[in-house]
Amino acid sequence: MNINYTYAFILLIIVLIICFLVNISLGSVPIPLGAIFESFIGTLEHESWPYIIKEYRLPKAFTAVLVGSGLGISGLLMQTLFRNPLAGPFVLGISSGASLGVALVILGAGIFSGAFASIFVSKWSIIIAASLGSFLVLSAVLVVSSKVRDTMAILIIGLMFGSITAAVVSVLSYFSSAEQLQQYIFWGFGSLGNLSWQELGIFFLVYSLGMLLSIFSIKGLNSLLLGENYAKSLGLNIKQTRLIIIVATSLLAGTITAFAGPIAFIGLAIPHITRQVFTTSNHKILIPAVFLFGAIIMLICDSIAQLPTSDYTLPINAITSLFGAPVVIWLLVRKRKMLF
Amino acid sequence: MTKTNQHTILKTENLSIGYASKKANTIVTSHINMVLQKGQLVGLVGANGIGKSTLLRTLTNVQDKLSGNVLLKGENLETYSNTDLAKTMSLVLTEKIASKNLSVFELVALGRQPYTNWVGNLSANDLEVVNRALNQTNIEALKDKKCFELSDGQLQKVMIARALAQDTDLIILDEPTTHLDMYHKAYILKLLQKLVKETHKTILFSSHEIDLAIQLCDTMVVMTDNTVITDTPCNLISKGVFETLFPKDLIAFDNHSGSFKIIK
Repeated sequence: MNINYTYAFILLIIVLIICFLVNISLGSVPIPLGAIFESFIGTLEHESWPYIIKEYRLPKAFTAVLVGSGLGISGLLMQTLFRNPLAGPFVLGISSGASLGVALVILGAGIFSGAFASIFVSKWSIIIAASLGSFLVLSAVLVVSSKVRDTMAILIIGLMFGSITAAVVSVLSYFSSAEQLQQYIFWGFGSLGNLSWQELGIFFLVYSLGMLLSIFSIKGLNSLLLGENYAKSLGLNIKQTRLIIIVATSLLAGTITAFAGPIAFIGLAIPHITRQVFTTSNHKILIPAVFLFGAIIMLICDSIAQLPTSDYTLPINAITSLFGAPVVIWLLVRKRKMLF
Repeated sequence: MTKTNQHTILKTENLSIGYASKKANTIVTSHINMVLQKGQLVGLVGANGIGKSTLLRTLTNVQDKLSGNVLLKGENLETYSNTDLAKTMSLVLTEKIASKNLSVFELVALGRQPYTNWVGNLSANDLEVVNRALNQTNIEALKDKKCFELSDGQLQKVMIARALAQDTDLIILDEPTTHLDMYHKAYILKLLQKLVKETHKTILFSSHEIDLAIQLCDTMVVMTDNTVITDTPCNLISKGVFETLFPKDLIAFDNHSGSFKIIK
């Protein structure tokens, strides 16, 4: 590995640790960094801080790391697979598929089986529905797009599937109670908090599986940079690689959407930010770099969303775009060239 | 079945190429019998739409044949696994590469994929092969440049270097000289001839540069409406094969110069 990359990675890891600690320290009640260190080694004596750190801030910070890195990597996988810089989990309808699954569970449960609603709307049914929804929509997009071959057409098809799911959600909303609608809309804002350690454990398990598959795809992703025919001539099993990439993406994007809601923009922006900074397309560098950038930016966005020292929390979904879009625009203007 | 010679790298037996669909097969060309020898530069020529690309796509297993056999080193093409095929045959295609953000070195090193481990790490031997390929194609100076910084001619050399790095007995190029100026057309074909001499690989390329191909190739494959003829350029000229390539209203083949002239 190039020596410059090593320095960049060390720097990013340090920044990640700093962001992680700052994220824990900021919130409605500011906690000094010293107290955080003390709570880690168990010597902190305070009536509420240890509880806030252990049960609220720490799981939230871990969730931010998983969400940011996972969405960034699934965006990277999609951009390489579809050979399109505009691709991302959101554009190709994975997140809208997850939304449809969740809408069916939250809103549909009330319509189809009022009595069982409370059973259906458990966290697990939401997770399974979101994962299934994202997998089905992405597979549908891929099946249809295998018949067209034109990259732009694939994006349009993804958008169309997004419109279909949005329409189904509208129909469901029309028949739903205000309470259920509110629950669905709040899910749509995205949230990194509210996860117990147990839920975080399951999240991490599925996430790790998706991550392992992504790492396993590095070689295939690199040959896909030449296009599918070249990749095939290099001995790549296209169908198998495509399936692994799709499964990895739906595991990552699907569970993230299930646990944290449909978080916009990160999946599209992080790979571009990483490519601009690292000026490479080699996935052996990009995957760990996207991981670090995604985690760092998500931690920063969450820190902003907490509105430090206030009692309010803004929807994380709004902050990612408010913060992320200007960063991408700035990078593109500064470098004057999009690297892909 | 005829005996396959030790020196034969690629051979077709009664090959029919075209497009299969549910209703009917569209045959582009049939009864193709050609034999390519090891260590030769082979040019494939024919008019637009005659089926050169279809033939190359069939020979490289991108497209299914309709009937007949393709024998690569005496083995049926379909019996090759993905990796074995990648170790026997490398390609230079007309399509643009998807990402031009790769450096020249990275792109050429991708040619080592059939040999590298699961994550694609380059061994000392891989590095040596990549550097040799850069050297043989005279692009060492471009090594650290990004592909979007290169001219069409330079990029074509890089793609040839990538195929070389794949270290296969057979390299197939689909119209490697399109979009190039007259000098670079000659340069690329001359480079292919040099590579055949230095590496004893077999290089098959399709081209519209018939006059250049006649001067440089060991063997030529000429596709016309009715037949596919494989022979040395000299024999093909004396048999008058090139006269049958195109309609005769605009251009005529001149046997002395080995090129086409406009009819005045």
